[in-house]
Amino acid sequence: MNALLQKVYFGLVGLFLSLPIIVVAGVSVNEKQTLAFPPQGFSLGWYGEIFTNSEWRSALFASITLAALSAAVALLIALPLAWFLWRRHAPWANIFQLLGIAPFTLPPVITALGLLTFWATTGFYGQPATAVISHAIFFVTLPLVTLSLGFSSIDRSLVEAAATMGADDRTIFRTVVLPLILPYLISGYAFAFVLSLNEYIVAYMTIGFTMETLPIKIFNALRYGYTPTMASVTILFVAIAATIFGLVARFGDLPKLLGAMSSRD
Amino acid sequence: MRREAPQKFSDYGPLFFPAGMLIVFFVVPFATMIAVSFFRRDPAGFYSPDFVFDNYARFLSLFFGKVLGFSLFLAVMVAICCVVLAVPFTYLLSRAKRKTQVLWLVALLSILSLSEVIIGFAWSTLFSRTAGITNLLVMLGIMNEAVALNPSFGAVLTAMVYQALPYTVLVLYPALVRLDPTLTEAARTLGASPMKSFFTVVVPALRNTIVATLIMVFIFALGSYLLPQILGRPQHWTLSVLITDQAIYQSNMPFAAAMAVFLVLVTLGLVALTVYAGRKGEAA
Amino acid sequence: MSGLTLQNIVKQFGTFTAVRNVELTVPHGTFVCLLGPSGCGKTTLMRMVAGLDLPTSGAIRLDGKDITNVPTHKRDLGMVFQSLALFPHLTVGENIAYSLRIRGIGKEAQKKRVDELLAMIHLAGYADRPVAKLSGGQRQRVAIARALAISPKLFLLDEPLSALDAKLREAMQVELRQLQQRLGITTIVVTHDQREAMTMADTVVVMNGGEIRQAAPPVEIYRRPADTFVADFIGMTNLIDFSADGTGASVLGASIPGLAIPAGLESGIISVRPEDVHLTAPGNAPISGTVTFVRDLGGTIETFVEAAGKQVVAVSMPNARPDVAVGQTVGLKLNPADCVVLKS
Repeated sequence: MNALLQKVYFGLVGLFLSLPIIVVAGVSVNEKQTLAFPPQGFSLGWYGEIFTNSEWRSALFASITLAALSAAVALLIALPLAWFLWRRHAPWANIFQLLGIAPFTLPPVITALGLLTFWATTGFYGQPATAVISHAIFFVTLPLVTLSLGFSSIDRSLVEAAATMGADDRTIFRTVVLPLILPYLISGYAFAFVLSLNEYIVAYMTIGFTMETLPIKIFNALRYGYTPTMASVTILFVAIAATIFGLVARFGDLPKLLGAMSSRD
Repeated sequence: MRREAPQKFSDYGPLFFPAGMLIVFFVVPFATMIAVSFFRRDPAGFYSPDFVFDNYARFLSLFFGKVLGFSLFLAVMVAICCVVLAVPFTYLLSRAKRKTQVLWLVALLSILSLSEVIIGFAWSTLFSRTAGITNLLVMLGIMNEAVALNPSFGAVLTAMVYQALPYTVLVLYPALVRLDPTLTEAARTLGASPMKSFFTVVVPALRNTIVATLIMVFIFALGSYLLPQILGRPQHWTLSVLITDQAIYQSNMPFAAAMAVFLVLVTLGLVALTVYAGRKGEAA
Repeated sequence: MSGLTLQNIVKQFGTFTAVRNVELTVPHGTFVCLLGPSGCGKTTLMRMVAGLDLPTSGAIRLDGKDITNVPTHKRDLGMVFQSLALFPHLTVGENIAYSLRIRGIGKEAQKKRVDELLAMIHLAGYADRPVAKLSGGQRQRVAIARALAISPKLFLLDEPLSALDAKLREAMQVELRQLQQRLGITTIVVTHDQREAMTMADTVVVMNGGEIRQAAPPVEIYRRPADTFVADFIGMTNLIDFSADGTGASVLGASIPGLAIPAGLESGIISVRPEDVHLTAPGNAPISGTVTFVRDLGGTIETFVEAAGKQVVAVSMPNARPDVAVGQTVGLKLNPADCVVLKS
């Protein structure tokens, strides 16, 4: 009875969460250029459209490039910072931890506006590189949190053991710390990548008038002309996110990763 | 390994790049934004340097008061709906098999990472006349004719709950996983039915976590800027929408900046409250 | 009949059988200890008695009534968890009163009962303290009081003392036994500590691999173990192979006259407690061996002797201190009455 109640509750939440995706998936296979549901006819043509239509293709390319680069920069900021905070006793340096977490905690429009005023004032407004740096700053929180968690799970006596065997700091980092931290490095990158792929407002405020990322393209399509390609792109994005998080779960300990992620300790 | 304080200058090496990036691209922009909030609007370009309080003075209008009031009301509603839905759900999830948990976590993360644009599009489709949920009801014979359910307040609220629910579950998840399962077992041996043990043990034991979660979801919902635009009428627009609107379409950066600073202050106040609630939780 | 009866209880988790074919009767008012190494199924068995796990098959009866499918909260039992599971958001008094509150008992009656119980556990006046402010021993008592608040038919304790330090644990064992005798309540304790079981129980139930290996009073478990596992698990023992040919038995290359071997048993194992192994001069005993190690623990002295390629331990009291040194040859004397003959 109670188990049944639980199943029903899970089912309802699951339905609520999947309903929009089901409808969008239905819309994406319409035969004609209509947003009908249930779909009229069946065609995978709108998925092909993402790659054949030059506007959608370049938006996809821009989004993936932006996500890949900004996640890498975020990692470059987070890794030395998390390592330093773990390795050294320097309470004042925690301010940088706080700075790394702030952009993601504040309402996104604030970070976006801050960056917009900054790029406008310095005269770089509209250049593609500004979006990469902006996203890197906006999403640095994710690798920072996963890496801090990763470092805290390393037994410090391992470092001491390596030192007794003659390894210096740099060698220890390369041969002991890095291999142990790798899963956290990868999941931090994955989180930043997926979120950057989906991010709208920061991208819009920094390069919105010069380039189109996929979310910007979808939003513009929402305003200026619906097409089932929007639906097929949406489904593609859900699939990418599910695949990446599925891989993180497959090769890492997702419950553990999330167990500390939101508690911020 | 003993954590030593940095000795030599080179010990600070790893800090240079991260600190530089965060200062130049977060602290400086933030400061710029605060500065701009005191600047004067320049119709020709972005703005011209000045020190005026005009942008803040504009808050004192009925219109602004209404927008602020609605933003707060909407965020509170979203937070309450999400927490009410998520607490029992997350509790059951944290007690489920590991495989079930991982599956749900992947699904929740996937939805959490979805762009607001995509969520807005999906729900606008779901609420539309041509492809919406009402078509299903027509097919089932419950309704005579498909209707559009948006723009409306209900549509905005539903989509925002959809957006914030995965976040709520993921915020609650660590606390619920760490909740000692023998507490509810003990309650059951002492005569409490599963339902009663949930309300007399789980909920009170997590009181502080639940309060903190409410505040965090509230902040999260406050940041929503596209859903009210896509699914609501202009009277459903929030402060975030207004900031974007002023910055991009009205080209009034100083006013947008002033509103953003104000929003930061509200948010920081709430974060402080969360931390305070957390501290109290630890002390108890 | 009154008391608890377990009939052919089986519990499977997937393909793993945690508890197999357990039959056990616990008469009303007795104190039973479920004893065994970790993973032997003792906690699972107790959780099934509590209704926290359901048996795959079999029946549980309490006072003649089948309670196998009765949900936990309707079983009217009291349980102390290994983690204690005190509610962190409630005070000492509120914790103890929880089961009364759930049952809708009036505030006055609740308070009266709480005071009664606090007096019983020597914590009178602690009602309003938060549980976090208590010491380990005090929390232990509060958990016990909470479990006893409704005067349950069955009192279950899952490794209740494992979190306490050794001294406190010994004291609590005595206290718990005295409390149980005063209240006359049917009690089951899960433990892996044989000393704890011997101190408290009327009946010790030794489990291994999900099965009951022996259920008997403590002294019988010690003196007459049912098999080599029980003999080895309870206290220290020497397990020595023997062979028999119908006329007598040969142990460590010597025959022990008077050792009764069941007819037809050609070989097996005898269990001899170290205190029953007597050291003598080499010529005075049929078995002789070489001393390999002497451990003087103050209270007792353990002598390790290698005889016929096998290590045998003898324990002596200080007043009978054997005059032996490593490398010395000694004789070993075993009384037939002290040897328990077991199948190998």
